[in-house]
Amino acid sequence: MQKEDADMKPIGRREFIQGGALAGGVLAAGGALLTSRVAFAATGGDARLVVVILRGALDGLSAVPPYGDADYGRLRGELALAPPGSSDGALRLDGTFALHPSLPFLHDAYGAGELVVFHAVASPYRERSHFDGQDVLENGTVRPHALQSGWLNRALEALPEAARRERKELGVALGQNVPLVMRGQAQVASWSPSRLASLDEDTLQRITDLYAADPLLSQRLADALAADQIASGDGMDAKAMGGQAGGAGRYTELIRATAGFLRSDSGPRVAVFDTIGWDTHANEGGARGRLAAQLTALDTGIKTLRDELGPAWQKTAVIAVTEFGRTAAINGTRGTDHGTATAAFLVGGAVRGGRVVADWPGLSNRALYEQRDVAPTLDVRAIFKGALQEHLGVPVRALDAQVFPDSGGVKPVKDLFRA
Amino acid sequence: MQRMRSPVDSAIAANRFGLGARPGDLADIGRDPRAWLTAQLAGEPASVDYPGLRSTPQILTDALQIRREREAARRAVKMSEEAAATDSAGLLADVMKLGQLYRPLYVSEATARLQTAVGSDRPFIERLTYFWANHFAVSIDKALVLGIAGSFEREAIRTHVLGSFTDMLLAVERHPAMLLYLDNQQSIGPDSPLAQRAARRRVKAKLGINENLAREILELHTLGVNGGYAQADVTSFAQVISGWSIGGGTGRLASGPPGEFLFRAELHEPGTKSLLGRRYADEGYAQGEAVLRDLARSPATARHLATKLARHFIADEPPAAAVERLTRAFLASNGDLPTVYRALIDSPEAWAQPLSKFKTPTDYVVSSYRALALPVLEGKGALAGFEVLGQRTWSPGSPAGWPDTGADWNGASAVMKRVEWADAVGQRVGGMHDAAQLAPQLLGATLSEATRTAVAHAASAAQALTLLLAAPEFMRR
Repeated sequence: MQKEDADMKPIGRREFIQGGALAGGVLAAGGALLTSRVAFAATGGDARLVVVILRGALDGLSAVPPYGDADYGRLRGELALAPPGSSDGALRLDGTFALHPSLPFLHDAYGAGELVVFHAVASPYRERSHFDGQDVLENGTVRPHALQSGWLNRALEALPEAARRERKELGVALGQNVPLVMRGQAQVASWSPSRLASLDEDTLQRITDLYAADPLLSQRLADALAADQIASGDGMDAKAMGGQAGGAGRYTELIRATAGFLRSDSGPRVAVFDTIGWDTHANEGGARGRLAAQLTALDTGIKTLRDELGPAWQKTAVIAVTEFGRTAAINGTRGTDHGTATAAFLVGGAVRGGRVVADWPGLSNRALYEQRDVAPTLDVRAIFKGALQEHLGVPVRALDAQVFPDSGGVKPVKDLFRA
Repeated sequence: MQRMRSPVDSAIAANRFGLGARPGDLADIGRDPRAWLTAQLAGEPASVDYPGLRSTPQILTDALQIRREREAARRAVKMSEEAAATDSAGLLADVMKLGQLYRPLYVSEATARLQTAVGSDRPFIERLTYFWANHFAVSIDKALVLGIAGSFEREAIRTHVLGSFTDMLLAVERHPAMLLYLDNQQSIGPDSPLAQRAARRRVKAKLGINENLAREILELHTLGVNGGYAQADVTSFAQVISGWSIGGGTGRLASGPPGEFLFRAELHEPGTKSLLGRRYADEGYAQGEAVLRDLARSPATARHLATKLARHFIADEPPAAAVERLTRAFLASNGDLPTVYRALIDSPEAWAQPLSKFKTPTDYVVSSYRALALPVLEGKGALAGFEVLGQRTWSPGSPAGWPDTGADWNGASAVMKRVEWADAVGQRVGGMHDAAQLAPQLLGATLSEATRTAVAHAASAAQALTLLLAAPEFMRR
């Protein structure tokens, strides 16, 4: 590993810097050093973006209940959340919207001006298949399977030169494999904790040689080695960290790794993080129960990311999105079926928050999409575009043409970030 | 179909169609790999023999007993229904007990599945069983499915893998594992007798349809997402199969043989229903069966299944000609699966080089076990490989099943783990194998010169085996 790095100047330099920090013997010193390095790299693209995909269709009416809408209680029946102020009540955002009581960290972030909540959001997809819905959410077009690459990967290709400087990979997928949103031409890393022992140098070298004639496998092996070095170079010992079972801390291990990548001076700047379990057809629960547990894990996960990122949180934005929403009314099994519009979140130290962005269509029978779902009034691509343009500096022309093909009509949401 | 036999064909038969060659397999396959595959289609599928396996009704009877005991205990202390619903300690105790019942069953079933695959002389049938189990996926991340995912595969999939698609479809959609996984046992017609009684008694709880199973039958199991159905068809179909449920239950629903399919007329939405341009008169259960039989015969279903089979056996981007051939075979035979398999064997695209399919972790682990005759340990040890490589048995996490293209499995971290796992196996059993002698027995004419050389020049027997298992041609099929 070391031998390979010696041939690659940028990584060698990073090793030197991190080695210096660790030689100082105090991890905090690494943090201080990192801050100064970030300042040094001010024009070098130090903004961080984390995209969290909530697979299975998040129930936006439960995550962000419109408690001020007269039809909310009627539609939600026994699943309706109590209004802000009551016991187990939702957490107030404004006169119309609140957050689910299992999202206390996000509520604090809202108070601190670091969270924007979007509502009545949908991708251009109007059918109700999870798998096609996720495909559209990730491929960045208006049709399932229209492209084999994802919008986040294409955005990496369109980043300004300054942001690419000295970085082998701009993007990282947390998990063994790369989700569609991050697949494409731009080289990205993937990382997941391993409970297996590392290979000895000699075997690794022989496998590297054996893969020389196989472009895919040799690339994958090189990427994995680079990712392991970033993850471990930042003081995380991937091998030593035990697994996390379910519960609120189920994402802790992967989030620590995410933070490790994003903190690293020459590490990736964009990360994608997958979560599953949002498909609440039955026994969804209200203030407590199945969805509440999911939201707690999400809330805890984002808080962990904030804590682990340290000063880098100030440069960070996290977008949490899902493929579509769920029916406005509950179904016959105390759950909700596949719907259309839903809620989305943008949170981070870089975010100009404390606001709900929603052109609320209302929940009256006439207002519902196909008399069943929250009607979409905001294209999720407008949020992505706002973040990519303002936060990462992707040019509008690239956003309209390559990142989200033929999307000139979808204007970025403006002023989502602190100046 | 006559064509030149290629020296790679026996390796492709064993590794692409089967679950990986064992030493001696390629010699046994001999001069006619197609005949070797076709012969496997004769006779009944092998059953799974393993101590401790139980039928779904037996398992669910025990699960029901746990619930009945808890409810009796609640009655004994005169706990109200509302208090019982929020009795979190009691509910937790139920979940714990259910886990104690379910976990050992899961481990036995998953271990039995591996052992069957490792020892099978008809590995094509095993692969097909895996294929259909993934097509009709249930996932153990739903707690109720954990104990019956294995019995589901044995009862609904394996039994029908050499039969007709219609029979498999009916067995799957009536099986308690699928009904529970996609929530249909609780789906209640809004005008069903039960709902009407509840309305007269002014019961507040809302009774209604859950459209989960109906949607996934159309989208995933039969027509495919572009198969020409609309939301109205989903809603209508959900009404058609309301009442498709499971015997047993407690309270009012304590009827029927526990753990077996039960049509509950009192939950069924009455009336004639329109679906995909046809009208189905209401004859209770028969209405749903009639819809399923029509779906199984639909050209959209044939094309959907043909595409998935071609993707699994030929290439991530299935060649149109092969899809067409399989579709025709399906339609001409009324979904006779062996006929479709024979069309697959006869497809020249399925024998093409270079190896086009990146093995899933399951393929990779099973083929390693077969290659090395690794002992299938009792208990969780046998399942560690699947877990660490990212494909815990029966846990695809969604009803779409595990994805089936290389890009879904060949991420950097995934490749590295595979190499590390190969190394762990090499370290453990390398001393018992001569990898140089093994390599041509496993890979036949697909063995590359680079791999042959690397294995021959390895520094130790352990390293030689690691290199063989990590070789590009062993990563693929």
